[in-house]
Amino acid sequence: MSEREIVRGKAWKYGDDINTDVIFPGKYTYTITDPAEMAAHAMEDLDPGFAKNVQPGDVIVAGKNFGCGSSREQAAFCLTANKVGAVVASSFSRIFFRNAINAGLPTIELPGIAERIEAHETVTIDLGKGTLTCKAGEFSFPPLPPEVIGIVEAGGLVAYTRQRLGCADES
Amino acid sequence: MGKTFSEKVMGRNIGSDVVAGQIIQAQPAICMSHDNSAAISGTFRKLGVREVKHPERLAIVLDHCVPAAGPKYAQNHKTIRDFVAEQGILGFHDLNIGICHQVLPEQGYVIPGSLIVGSDSHTCTYGAFGAFSTGIGRSEAAVTWATGEIWLKVPETIRIEVTGELGAWVTAKDIALKLIGDNGADGGLYKALEFVGPIVDAMTIPSRMVLCNLAVEFGAKNGYTPADDKVEAWLKPRLSPERWEQAEFLASDPDAAYCETITMEVTGIGPQVACPHTVDNVSPVEEVAGRSVQQVFIGTCTNGRIEDFELALKILKGNQVAKGTRLLIGPASAEIYREMASNGMLIAFIDAGALIINPGCGPCLGAHEGVLADGEICLSTMNRNFKGRMGNPKGEIYLASPAVAAATALRGVITDPRAL
Repeated sequence: MSEREIVRGKAWKYGDDINTDVIFPGKYTYTITDPAEMAAHAMEDLDPGFAKNVQPGDVIVAGKNFGCGSSREQAAFCLTANKVGAVVASSFSRIFFRNAINAGLPTIELPGIAERIEAHETVTIDLGKGTLTCKAGEFSFPPLPPEVIGIVEAGGLVAYTRQRLGCADES
Repeated sequence: MGKTFSEKVMGRNIGSDVVAGQIIQAQPAICMSHDNSAAISGTFRKLGVREVKHPERLAIVLDHCVPAAGPKYAQNHKTIRDFVAEQGILGFHDLNIGICHQVLPEQGYVIPGSLIVGSDSHTCTYGAFGAFSTGIGRSEAAVTWATGEIWLKVPETIRIEVTGELGAWVTAKDIALKLIGDNGADGGLYKALEFVGPIVDAMTIPSRMVLCNLAVEFGAKNGYTPADDKVEAWLKPRLSPERWEQAEFLASDPDAAYCETITMEVTGIGPQVACPHTVDNVSPVEEVAGRSVQQVFIGTCTNGRIEDFELALKILKGNQVAKGTRLLIGPASAEIYREMASNGMLIAFIDAGALIINPGCGPCLGAHEGVLADGEICLSTMNRNFKGRMGNPKGEIYLASPAVAAATALRGVITDPRAL
């Protein structure tokens, strides 16, 4: 995961209980599958400016229970389609957390972190060392469970499963 | 130290002792999916395997946008039908059957003591039948199809003791909304919920399904109500003798370790309403009474069953829905729809001025049927009131029981059924 180890980007700050309906609206869940099109609707009902302005490596910073609600996986994939570097939150809803791992999107749980990071400031995350650096200082976070870390390192569940099943890499 | 229900079911699934916090490679008895099965089949094809490992463990139910609202939805359904035919999947139910979470128990997929996953967050509903069931994502559903396995963390358990006496017009929905309102939408994050106590024991199966269905709105992984003879009476006629043989009624040991116990004394609690735009923004109905609504929806996997419509008709039968208010009635399944056709409920609703919609997720998803206009307000018996949930971020959604919904439809403003 060496080339993915360092995430550095602008912080997009949101509040508590950001649900998957506002991250990716239900009306698109069976009609939009193209990643570029999914990217264009990311955060649409919460922050219409997000998809237009987000840059590769940018970081979403949120309060508790990020990704609650529907199990829709596009809530994670519409962020990776925008090349979001990581989501940092006080806590995650469990299905979103799984979907993010399966999408190869780093999720960092740090209680109270949203209060320490200012909107739009640059955040640096070292996934290998388990540290997040922002103006307020450096914060450590625990690694993912060993049973799960391989999925993120492989770049997501599809690539991980192909490796596990002994299939060649997808071109 | 004793075991919790969830530890027992997960341990039974892998054939060894497990404890909360452990990560296991589970082999789900059933992997459920719905209209998202087309996307899952697309991911499945990227995995480099040709055949579903255990086609007999799949249950696929078309329910989220039925009948198709446009060409893309129609193609989505067709992709699923083609995949099902190609893979020889017998557990496929086309658009005439109802909502997956009602259909799975009705059609005999849910066996007490079994472990079920589904690519839908409300998969937690089957805890009302003594199963461990939880929602997963699409990619991991595809991998479960391919390998028969999925990693799951064994959850810690919150014990929720419901005691006291339920007042007039107070239902399982009100208990669940009160729990979420008091403790927050993340109050049960990652945890298993175990609802116990005399109130839960006295509940019907559909009411217990309401509690388990709403577990995910509390952030929980699964919900559970102790399985008893009511579960047996409900399920046994729906299962083949061979499948019923596999049933095991598992319950937490008296000395099981709980991470938390919440005691809910429900005496004196009235009907509850979750206000826009979060499920934990809960108020007693009298505090929000009088707000005008344009649409009322009674249905969904939360409250679209016979007892829900019975409760609504106690208020609506022989009366008329208020002028300027639309009432949508959505039976949760074809079985329920049929019963409503034979017992006169459909006629009673039609005479009251309601619109009956076909069984399915319908307005709850915002993909078709019942989308709100800008500035419109809906009071619904569904499980989510998130911004945009009913297809328009400029609409507002209140959540309540079928009793509050019926009283609100009657008056055209949010109404406390006790005040009628």
